[in-house]
Amino acid sequence: MEAEVTEIVLSTRRLDKNFGSLVVARNIELNLPKGARYALIGPNGAGKTTLINLMTGMLKPNAGQIFLGGEDVTALEPQERVQRGLARTFQINTLFPGLNALEAVTLAVCERRNIAGEFWRNVAVHREAIEEAHDILVRLRLGDSCYQVTRELPYGRQRLLEIALALATKPKVLLLDEPAAGVPQEESGDIFEAVASLSDDLTLLFIEHDMHVVFRFASHIIVLVGGAIFTEGPPAEIAADPGVREVYLGKRKHG
Amino acid sequence: MAPTDTISAPQLYLQSLSRWSAIEIAFWLATLLPFFLFPNYLSLASQIAITALFALSLDLILGYAGVVSLGHAAFFGIGAYSAGLFSKFVWGEPFSGLLVAALLAGLAGYATSFIICRFRHLTLIMLTLGLGLLAFEVANSAHWLTGGSDGLQGVRIRPLFGIFKFDLYGYTAYSYSLTALFLFFLGMRRLVNSPFGLALRGIRENLVRMPAIGAASRAHIRKAYTIAATVAGIAGALLTQTTESAALESISFQRSADVLVMLVLGGAGRLYGGLIGAIIFMIARDQFSGIAPQYWYFWIGILLIVVVMLLPNGILGGLSKILARWRRK
Amino acid sequence: MLPPVFGVLFDGIAYGMLLFVLSVGLSVTLGLMNFVNLAHCAFAMLGGYLTATLVNDFNWSFFATLPVAFIAAATASIAFERVFYRRLYRASDLDQVLLTIGIAFVSVAIAAYLFGTAQQPIQTPPLLRGAVNFLGLSLGKYRLFLIGIALVVTILLVVGIEYTRFGAQVRAAVDNQRMAGGLGINVERTFAVTFALGSGLAGLGGALAIEIVGLDPNFSFIYLVYVLIIVSVGGLGSIAGSFAAAILIGVSDIAGKYYFPELGAFLIYLVMVVILMWRPAGLFGRR
Repeated sequence: MEAEVTEIVLSTRRLDKNFGSLVVARNIELNLPKGARYALIGPNGAGKTTLINLMTGMLKPNAGQIFLGGEDVTALEPQERVQRGLARTFQINTLFPGLNALEAVTLAVCERRNIAGEFWRNVAVHREAIEEAHDILVRLRLGDSCYQVTRELPYGRQRLLEIALALATKPKVLLLDEPAAGVPQEESGDIFEAVASLSDDLTLLFIEHDMHVVFRFASHIIVLVGGAIFTEGPPAEIAADPGVREVYLGKRKHG
Repeated sequence: MAPTDTISAPQLYLQSLSRWSAIEIAFWLATLLPFFLFPNYLSLASQIAITALFALSLDLILGYAGVVSLGHAAFFGIGAYSAGLFSKFVWGEPFSGLLVAALLAGLAGYATSFIICRFRHLTLIMLTLGLGLLAFEVANSAHWLTGGSDGLQGVRIRPLFGIFKFDLYGYTAYSYSLTALFLFFLGMRRLVNSPFGLALRGIRENLVRMPAIGAASRAHIRKAYTIAATVAGIAGALLTQTTESAALESISFQRSADVLVMLVLGGAGRLYGGLIGAIIFMIARDQFSGIAPQYWYFWIGILLIVVVMLLPNGILGGLSKILARWRRK
Repeated sequence: MLPPVFGVLFDGIAYGMLLFVLSVGLSVTLGLMNFVNLAHCAFAMLGGYLTATLVNDFNWSFFATLPVAFIAAATASIAFERVFYRRLYRASDLDQVLLTIGIAFVSVAIAAYLFGTAQQPIQTPPLLRGAVNFLGLSLGKYRLFLIGIALVVTILLVVGIEYTRFGAQVRAAVDNQRMAGGLGINVERTFAVTFALGSGLAGLGGALAIEIVGLDPNFSFIYLVYVLIIVSVGGLGSIAGSFAAAILIGVSDIAGKYYFPELGAFLIYLVMVVILMWRPAGLFGRR
């Protein structure tokens, strides 16, 4: 807003993706400044998760570039982008069902610390890594269930574990795909408190459908429709924008 | 560790997951029983130990990394023939033979791991099957080297340490194979409880999540595959050295399929599954050695159907479920 | 006068056509249901033994047994699908492999028990004995018949898939199961019917195979390898892929055995490994 020189930590240039004649991303240009809290909204099928998949490298774009902290990461594999500080959570829990929470987060920490290739010593000797994993779990209020096997955790806790796994990679930019998806009202508070408590240095982009959450947490909103950026701006502007209303509420005939 | 370091609770917990249980210690003590109770069956015991080691190597890639291989016997066979040829053309000292076999099998594993790590599902299954069948055909065709269907002739193994001869009684054979099995088991146990073991389990549990936590899954799979090939090669070499022969059977689809059945029977991904499966399978086969092969496979077929439909985690899985239910009471 | 290489080509194509009939069912059901059915050739064996029994013991005409082989194999597969396969659609690859290998083992034992381990003798129907002379080549009548049947099957399949409503349902379910279900397609029934058709074709293939490659209890496994190679090389769910791969493998195998007998089956395994590395989803596969 002001003429501050804020570092842009994640940006895309002319990002295009199509599956044959189906265009899922059209000329996407976005810039995330450091510490931002950006929300990505749009009707179902607008391509929000697709955009995250493109940015993280799970999908290869047909054209365009992605920059992480100034570095062109378009050709890099997903794990290389994670190593450079870009992490994401999944809309549908993508966890390790047979590992307990502590093991799962410890694994992520070990990968980050580059010790996951070590096969001649018990994992228990790596005190710092384990402590770090435990701290993350405690911070996300998962401390008391950290010994539970993931598949036995209640759904809300699993969503928190999703975030814990991403945090274990010590990201600079975190992409959250509907963090509270499917979580009942009583428990979604936990999730958002966790999100709110995240460091100000961490840049967030989250996909969300609940407008209350969006207006509460976001400093800037990007509206995606049909794979293209429809409009973007601060929450007040977006709330007042008649075009946005029409896209969400106006069109009576839904597909 | 600094002297003032106290071990934290989470650390303790993770450590506890890998503690030796009483049953485990009892199991290994029991492996000494054949020396006293079944001295006439030491050759069979030796074969069981060797097969158990082979099953253990398959468990690493199948049970822990989730790579379904229908051609693992390729490495067993490479180890078997390497040890045989080494004894025939260089010298018959067993330990160096083991080393050579491990090296060659490991190299083969390393080379093929680059192919293997890139695929999943049916393509992976077919590739392992195809590579295994190719290995068999190579061994079959190169009869000037391998003896073809007649097997490798002229394998002579020197006594262990110069003292212990490999004879018909089998004391040396069983001591040798059992020690090898135990040592490699210790190594495998370590590996499974290490950060790498955790990574392999992560790959098995959810491959998609791995790159999202910064993991280079392919590199992990290649490492595991190479280690598994090396251990399989050692098992093959042990077979050649204890029987003073190497045959096509060691590199056949039969052997690949049998070890898969054993592992599934015992329960994959549980370290002891391959061992238990090998013991039961080999003893049963010895007991029923009179009947024609297709009827033996009839019962194996029934067993597989039963295990898949009712006991998806093998015998050990079923037992641990019963134990868990009993504990909850 | 055509050189002998064309004779080898003809034999290879005929063999390939047989392999196509055997494999196409597995390719479609794998592409459709993602279910690794290694018992596929056991259904082929069922068709084969049924034909042999009807012709040898009951004096049926060979041609009359063909539809029976098809129907019997299809019916048997429906039973297996209901009892076993249905529960494992979401199971791991390994579980599916093991269950179906188990079924195949059992089938081999039953065949050995009922029919013994020797090859089944079969009398070629008089209409198909001998050969036709074409440009100096001796084209076996049975092989011509085989190619004819395979082409008819291909046409029926292509027409069925492209132009019937059922075919559209199959294509939709292969493309996106959840969507198809959402559109009101009874995905389960589509699976069951497709699976029955595929296994029926295997049964037909088994019946046709007796004359060309012989029939004994090991058929389940020996030809399973060929079928799997064709399915993975051709691409899952692709009729064109199975067709192309079957011809490729059929010709490679026959030519290999004719020109390089010392190599044995080496050639086709090598072909498979190379193609899979180049195109992991098969020649015509998606993904």
